[in-house]
This record gives sequence, structure tokens and C-alpha cells, in this order.
Amino acid sequence: MSITTEKVITARELTKKFGDFTAVDRISFEVNRGEIFGFLGANGAGKTTAMRMLCGLSLPTSGTASVAGYDVYRQNELIKKNIGYMSQRFSLYEDLTIRENIRLYAGIYGLTDRQIREKTALLVRQLHLEGNEKTLVRALPLGWKQKLAFSIAIVHDPAIVFLDEPTGGVDPVTRREFWGLIYEASSRGITVFVTTHYMDEAEYCNRVSIMVDGRIDALDSPARLMQEFAATSMDGVFLQLARKAQRSAD
Amino acid sequence: MKQFFIFVKKEWLHIWRDRRTLVILIGMPIVQIVLYGFALTNEVKNSRVAVFDQSNDDATRAIIQEINASRYFSVTDYVHSYQAIGATFRKGKIRLAVVFPQDFQNDLLQRNTAEVQLIADASDPNTANTLTNYAAAIINDYQQRVDENRDLPYTIKTQLRMLYNPELKSAYNFVPGVMALVLMLVCAMMTSIAIVREKELGTMEVILVSPLRPFRVIIAKTIPYLAVSILNIACILVLSVYVLNVPINGSLLLLIAESVLFIVTALSIGILISNGARTQQSAMFASMLSLFLPTLLFSGFLFPIENMPWPLQLISNLVPAKWYYNIVEAVMIKGLGFSAIWKETLILVAMTVFLLGLSIRNFKIRLA
Repeated sequence: MSITTEKVITARELTKKFGDFTAVDRISFEVNRGEIFGFLGANGAGKTTAMRMLCGLSLPTSGTASVAGYDVYRQNELIKKNIGYMSQRFSLYEDLTIRENIRLYAGIYGLTDRQIREKTALLVRQLHLEGNEKTLVRALPLGWKQKLAFSIAIVHDPAIVFLDEPTGGVDPVTRREFWGLIYEASSRGITVFVTTHYMDEAEYCNRVSIMVDGRIDALDSPARLMQEFAATSMDGVFLQLARKAQRSAD
Repeated sequence: MKQFFIFVKKEWLHIWRDRRTLVILIGMPIVQIVLYGFALTNEVKNSRVAVFDQSNDDATRAIIQEINASRYFSVTDYVHSYQAIGATFRKGKIRLAVVFPQDFQNDLLQRNTAEVQLIADASDPNTANTLTNYAAAIINDYQQRVDENRDLPYTIKTQLRMLYNPELKSAYNFVPGVMALVLMLVCAMMTSIAIVREKELGTMEVILVSPLRPFRVIIAKTIPYLAVSILNIACILVLSVYVLNVPINGSLLLLIAESVLFIVTALSIGILISNGARTQQSAMFASMLSLFLPTLLFSGFLFPIENMPWPLQLISNLVPAKWYYNIVEAVMIKGLGFSAIWKETLILVAMTVFLLGLSIRNFKIRLA
């Protein structure tokens, strides 16, 4: 399935203030169905806060946003049913087995027992984990854990999956494989909303936005951004924008 | 509902897989009860006795000889003042002192009645009880033997004095104390740690993004600990009845119902602590400081609250364990019914509602 012009995320003037501090400052953007949308910014630029508002974890101070067709103010329970989420910290239970983790998250999202069995088999095959279903997740190498966490985040075939720096600390080869999984999900029509620090990953995205001091300073496909900023890589684009930042990174 | 049970099962797996903690959870109350049980059933053979004989006549000498002849006692010290008795006790040389007043035999002959005083070290109350009972029985034997040859019977009154622990606090008091302590630890501390662990690991974030309602997440997390706690209570009660011979004099059902109420109190404290704590360590320290010590100090099972200065007495009222301790003591030891403890129950219910409300409210704030 290719990218459509159907909007699955729409944000208008979305703002979040903590007291006097404006973490997210009137950001507006749209994400199309099936798109891989890169959400870039230095530490402290407001990426995580923006993402938390879209996931229904945090209420916006002002502005509007809809995710999967639901309003973030009034319908966050419906949003939660239709999104997947993988946090920057490892989000599986290490003292549970691979199968138990899959079962837990699939069960939380209301899959039937039969669906859970099918999904487990599919997932284990996809990740080449056959025979390891009863291994505790603790025993897996980090790269496999991350791939498993991603697969579990989309076990219920959500409309959108939010990935918060999913490849932190993972080696380049595994990162490649990880992006293979992302493309596969995208080809099934799952919209991917991903924050990252790695600029080579930014180039894998269909479109990227770059946040500086709570605002979105640039938003386009990587190729056009490089053209616009006369840079040879996304690194160049990012550095030009990030240098303007007033806020210090936290 | 199915989601809920899947979550409860997962929570159970956490406990089950963490064998070391599980062993501590189940083993701690058993060890405490058994340890105390054996510490309190002391051997009383050949206990050393001091005698303060102010009369020094045939009768007192005969009684002293009888005491010395029994296999429970050996008279080792003859002292000449009450001060000396106290000093000998403090040196730990004796466990019992026998005091005869002046003119013991004269009193018997002329008034047919005389008094003897038994002084025991009651810091070990069970032993003190046993020793004084044995000594009194020996004196009673002597009296009956002498009486056989007389028309008008003698009466030797034994007067008991328990040093250091006049209320004879013992296993009877210890069982309710251990129950309060164990429930506080298991419910409050373990729940708070379990919740904070998820925050620390980052899994809580993922759970909060999921359609599971936060309130249900919290309830699901507490249910396995509720089960472990009920198991603990069962263990403690069985051990106290069959090992310590502490009877359950009141209604078992009432006892269990009150315990479940206290478990809910402790669980809500655990949730409250987890709201504030960011790391497992801080949750543990907060639990230790706010639960373990106050329960130990202020529930009244180690230190009598009546003897505390009034500011501490006031503080003790804020400790839920104190009320639970009073309830268990009333129901289990004194065999009283609900009418005797409705006030304590009401206080516990009020505390629970308050704590639960506060913790749920705070939990929601974290999501806003």
C-alpha cells in the first residue's frame, strides 16, 4: 500500500506550556496514511512532549489535534485503541518470556485468543525466533529486544505507531534490520511517526520535520530539505537549524 | 475484563519469577512467628533463685529446701535487702527471687496465714509466668502437707511481682504485632516497589498509552499482593494456634474481614508512596520510614503506648497499624465481638477511604 493523501494526524497550533515554559509552541503539521514521518530535534526541543500529546498521555494547553480521526481532548481513549507506542526506554518485561510478552500486549489491546496465537506464530517467524518462544526477554541481545518491542507495538495493527528514539544504542546492522521492519509495517498501511537522533535514519523517512525550541522550523522530504538548505546530507540541514536554538539541551 | 485478568496474570508472573523475593514474602512471617515461638518457650530447668529470708525460721527453711530440691530451681543466692535482689537480677544471675517477710512462722502459727513474695524477671514473660507458677505450686504443696496434721488450715498467700514487664506482654501480644507488620510490609512496600519498578523500567509509559484504564492497572497490580497477604495471614494464624498455642478466641471470620480491611489500607498507602517515588530505592526507603518504623514503634506491640509522652501518643493515632493491632488483640486474644471494635474499624475505614482517594487522585494527575 502506498502513501495516500488521507490525513491520519492533523495538528493545528498545538501548544503545551508548563508554567512559564512553552515546551511546544504552536506547531502545525499533517501526516498522511502509510507515511513514515520523521520527527527530529535536539534534546529538549519538545519532540517527546509533542508526541505525548498526540498519544493522549498529556493534554495540550491550546491548539487542536486529531489522531486517527479522533480528537486529542475528548477522545483519547479511542486514540489509545488505534495507536501503537514504543518508548525510548526498553518497554518489554524482561522477566516474562517472548510468548508471554506478546500475549500480554495483544491481550491488552483486546485481540482474541485465536488472533493472539496467529500473531505469536507470525511474529516469531518474522523475527527468526523459532524455538525461543519460552526464552525470557532478559536473555535476548539488545537488537533483538528492540525488534521484538517494535513488532509487539504493532501487534494489534494500529493505524499509527509512535516510535520514540527506537534505535538508541543499537548497532548499525541491527538498525538497518529495524528499518526493514518499519518499511514492512508502512507497506501494510501503518503510519509510522518516529523521533530519532540519527540523521542517516532521517533520510529513510518519507518526510521529516525538524523542531527547534518548541517550534517546527522545517518540514519536507529529506531530498527537498537538503536542496533548500544546500546541504549534502540531513546532518547538514539539522546542524544549520539546531545552531539557532536558544534553549540549552537538557 | 479479559484484559484485566491478563494483566493480573502478568503481575503474578513477576512475583513468581522473582523467587528470592517470593521466599522472603512467604518466609518472613513464618520465621518471625517460629523464632518468637521458640524464643519464648524457654527451658526452666535449674533456674537460679535468690532468697531474701527476713524470718529465717523452720517454715521458711523448709520451703527453701523444697524449692531447692525441685528440678526447676536451684537456690544460689541469699540476699539481705530488696536492693540486693534488684542488683542480682540486673547482673542476670537469677530468674526468680523469693522473699519471706519477718515473723513468717509466727504469722502462720498465730493467724493461720502468712505471705510470701515471688519476684520474677518478666522481660521474658513466658518464662516468668512458668517460674512463678512452679514456685507457687511448691509452696502450695508444702502448705497442704503441713495442713494434713491440723484442724485449722494454714494459708500461705503468694504475692507475685513481675519486674520490667508488669503487663506480661508476650506471644499473645506478638502475634497481632507480626500480623500488622507483615501486612504493612508485603502490601505497602511491595506494591509501591512493583509500581515504581514499571515507572523506572519505562513499561508504565507503554501501559498508559494502551487502552487499559490507569485505575484498573493499579488494581491489577495490587491483586497478587492481596493474595500473598491473605496467604501470610493464614500462615501466621495456623502457626500461632499450633506452634505458639495462642488461641483464636473470637470470630475467625471477623478477624479475616478486619485483616482484609487493613490490607486495603496498606495497599492504598503503597499506591500513594508509588505516586511520589521515582526509583525503587526511594520507594523502599519511603516505605521503611513511613511504615516499618511507625508500625514497630507506635502500634503498641513492643512499647506500651500508655507510657509514652503525650505528643507521641497523639502521633500513634495516625498509625493505621495501631488500630489494626488493637482490633486483632481484641478479637483474637480477648475474644471480643464487633461491638467492641467498631470504633477502631470505623477509623481504619476512614483512613482507607482517605488514602485510597488521595492515591487515585494523584495517580490521575500524573497522566494529565
